[in-house]
Amino acid sequence: MQNNETMRVQDRKSRIEKHHIEDLIGRSYMSLCVLLLIISIVSMVYFVTSKGISTFAIDKVSLADFFFGTKWSPEGDNPTFGALPFIAGSFITTLLAALIASPLSICAALFMTEIVPGWGKKLLQPVIELLSGIPSVVYGFVGLSVIVPFLRNVFPGQGIGVAAGALVLSVMILPTITSVAADALSALPRNLKESSFALGATRWQTISRVILPTTLPAILTGVVLGMARAFGEALAVQMVIGNAPFIPKSLFESASTLTSVITLGMGNTTMRSPHNNALWSMALVLMLMTFLFVFIVRLLEKRRSI
Amino acid sequence: MRSKKSWIMALALTSVLALSACGNNGGNNTAGSNAPTETSGAELSGSILASGSTALQPLVEQVAEKFMEQNNGVDIQVQGGGSGTGLTQVAEKQVDIGNSDVFAEEKLKDADEDKAKALVDHQVAVVAIAAVAHPDAGVDNLTKQQLVDIFTGKVTNWKEVGGADQKIQIINRPASSGTRATFEKFALGTKTEDLKGSIQEDSSGTVKKMIGETPGAIGYLALSYLDDSVKTLNYDSVEPSVDNVVSGKYPVWAYEHMYTNGEPNEMVKAFLDYFLTDEVQNGDVTDLGYIPASKMQVSRDVAGNVTNK
Amino acid sequence: MKARAVDKIATIVIVTLALLIVAVLAGLLGYILFRGMSHISWDFLTSAPRKIREGGGIGPQLFNSLFLLILTLLITVPLGLGAGIYMAEYARPGRITGFIRLIVEVLSSFPSIVVGLFGLLLIVNIFGLGFSLVSGALALTVFNLPLMVRITEQAFRSVPAQQKEAGFALGLSKWKIVTTVLFPVALPAIITGTILSAGRVFGEAAALMFTAGMSSPRLDFGNWNPLSPSSPLNPFRPAETLAVHIWKINSEGLAPDAAQIAAGASAVLVITVLIFNLVARYVGRLIYRKLTASRRMN
Repeated sequence: MQNNETMRVQDRKSRIEKHHIEDLIGRSYMSLCVLLLIISIVSMVYFVTSKGISTFAIDKVSLADFFFGTKWSPEGDNPTFGALPFIAGSFITTLLAALIASPLSICAALFMTEIVPGWGKKLLQPVIELLSGIPSVVYGFVGLSVIVPFLRNVFPGQGIGVAAGALVLSVMILPTITSVAADALSALPRNLKESSFALGATRWQTISRVILPTTLPAILTGVVLGMARAFGEALAVQMVIGNAPFIPKSLFESASTLTSVITLGMGNTTMRSPHNNALWSMALVLMLMTFLFVFIVRLLEKRRSI
Repeated sequence: MRSKKSWIMALALTSVLALSACGNNGGNNTAGSNAPTETSGAELSGSILASGSTALQPLVEQVAEKFMEQNNGVDIQVQGGGSGTGLTQVAEKQVDIGNSDVFAEEKLKDADEDKAKALVDHQVAVVAIAAVAHPDAGVDNLTKQQLVDIFTGKVTNWKEVGGADQKIQIINRPASSGTRATFEKFALGTKTEDLKGSIQEDSSGTVKKMIGETPGAIGYLALSYLDDSVKTLNYDSVEPSVDNVVSGKYPVWAYEHMYTNGEPNEMVKAFLDYFLTDEVQNGDVTDLGYIPASKMQVSRDVAGNVTNK
Repeated sequence: MKARAVDKIATIVIVTLALLIVAVLAGLLGYILFRGMSHISWDFLTSAPRKIREGGGIGPQLFNSLFLLILTLLITVPLGLGAGIYMAEYARPGRITGFIRLIVEVLSSFPSIVVGLFGLLLIVNIFGLGFSLVSGALALTVFNLPLMVRITEQAFRSVPAQQKEAGFALGLSKWKIVTTVLFPVALPAIITGTILSAGRVFGEAAALMFTAGMSSPRLDFGNWNPLSPSSPLNPFRPAETLAVHIWKINSEGLAPDAAQIAAGASAVLVITVLIFNLVARYVGRLIYRKLTASRRMN
């Protein structure tokens, strides 16, 4: 009898301990995972930054020459490292792509949520998912064999250039903007819409005066996320943009972006040479731009919650 | 049951870590301690790691496969990454052989000059580069001066050099390209600056495609890429043919280099020697559109001085 | 009356633009499949590429892509589950949680080229792993992990709160609740998300050019010893994936049928992504049905 009692107590004790140990293992494993996340970002920021600043620290290129210089001649007898053409190229293609993609995406989101919520969503949802799944090399391949010849035949110039890059990018960022915008639209409280309809407003009046203004910060979030993707895209753009290190004067002129000059030059330059360091500085610029994009998204989200 | 699951998770994690640790060792060892385990001479075994020029990669891969068939104990890995990467890695002893389209001295400059001195050059093939144009340009010969005028932007229409009335579109290579360095050094004799509106592509395939598709285009390609889709231009009335390169009449060519850090060990040496046998030079090297280094009647040093052999 | 007319015009514009997107996708898919399908055959999918002669295939590249995907998932799924569960169930809202969420956000929006360069510097050169499958998998981990974390966290958060409370009421420990109550309910969403993210890994090229390398040594498909250099299973060999192969063959292909091979490989890549999409939907639904059914039986 007494024996039995102690056994039961022991049993309970061991079960509690087992729970504790399990909990402990689980917790420490999870903390390890989180720690790894932190380590990976810290090491990434550290290495890219330390390589990126060596252009200025070791090769003594001045910040002004790098960011505002327009002459890129890294292998010349008097090498110059003006990165402005690439920075400008990245911004121009990204903004153009956003300008093309945003109206399309917003219309697609409205189509899915407001106009035909039933089959509209069934039709567009898989389309959006597929578009986001197509690999960027395939976009580049199609851009080079469809968009470039088309532009060459219709517009002056060689077809290759900013316009081709922006078009390819705009298709690539469509899914990002559309899915964020559609989420925001469907999260809108129903009574807001219904009261507008009750006042006798047409659908377009409701959309343009009620729905879009209230969801604007969320839609902008989608646009910024799309721009972040466009800014960092490398291969597809490099295949169609022409890669001349100049600020383009027309849409059909060959230009470069930060990513395209990095992919072209990185393998052919030796580590620690000034040319290679300058490419790392551009990678640093790309990284800082990512921070900026995330920061803007955060600001927009804060506005949304108010 | 559940604790078992978490154990499996932990196990998976540790094995990943352990694997990467192994890899760490493996990577460090490849360059340093892969001396053949048997030194009898006939039986070679061990592994060789080569990296670098993507242009040279197909040739090295193909020769490596044949070498491995003949020497079962040897494993050769050939990686791309570009000439710069190959030179960096061989200089830092991460690989055994660094493949390059250019002399190491041209890439490892200034602070890295010492590193270039430690590298031993093995010239395995010669690549010749020809100026090419879109077939409708109406020109089949350009002089050196005409080429310079075109690539510096002085001449912008084909009719100024005796061709059709068609705007010239330059398809150039990026500043870091070995092909561009060779073309500028031996065809133009001067470094050029990028012109506004010029197109830059790194890869020969894309350059060829664009010259073939773009009216008025001019660019330059290695002989192995030439076909009917583009018009090959004579240079100062010399045809860019293998014979003219071998005899030294056609000047726009460069060596393909395979660098080792210091003198190669026995196994690497055997591989590099195999590269220079007639079997390879007249077989694979020629098949892939290169010119055998052993056939050259002239030789050239880093500074570009040509001497008869 | 005027408002009605404007409404009609606006509706037409919206519908037209939305259908334009569908048309773009249809055109894209149609073009890729039309150009590529004629080149796809069993031989093309299994034979090795040839350098200068025509008739080469994409066998090793296809295998490399799949193997790299499996390696990446082996690393990211356990890590992503751990961090995701932590974020959903353990982390108290506050500075640190906010910071981790920021990290996840930043990591997932890093340009893949920057991740590739980081991999080249740290994993390939400093760790000395060389151009290898492991290097590629670790680089891919950098941006697949945040995705996994987000997927897991969302899946756990969408589990109804009553289920958790019922677990607490039964006196179960938190760990028990997470593993036996919440995990099975969250699983369908996690699996669907994982398969969709796998599509992205499968098509990635920019980050792999500098980490997994652009070459594929001869593979002996009869040799399954993971430590042998010519074994397909050796994770320390360089491996060119399908996406990188498309890039390379477009640019440096010497084979006379390079254009067709690129088209065929693009079609294979797109079809694979399509399959991932369909499987993700199907599996998610299947597991959901199974779990809800078994629940009712209890």
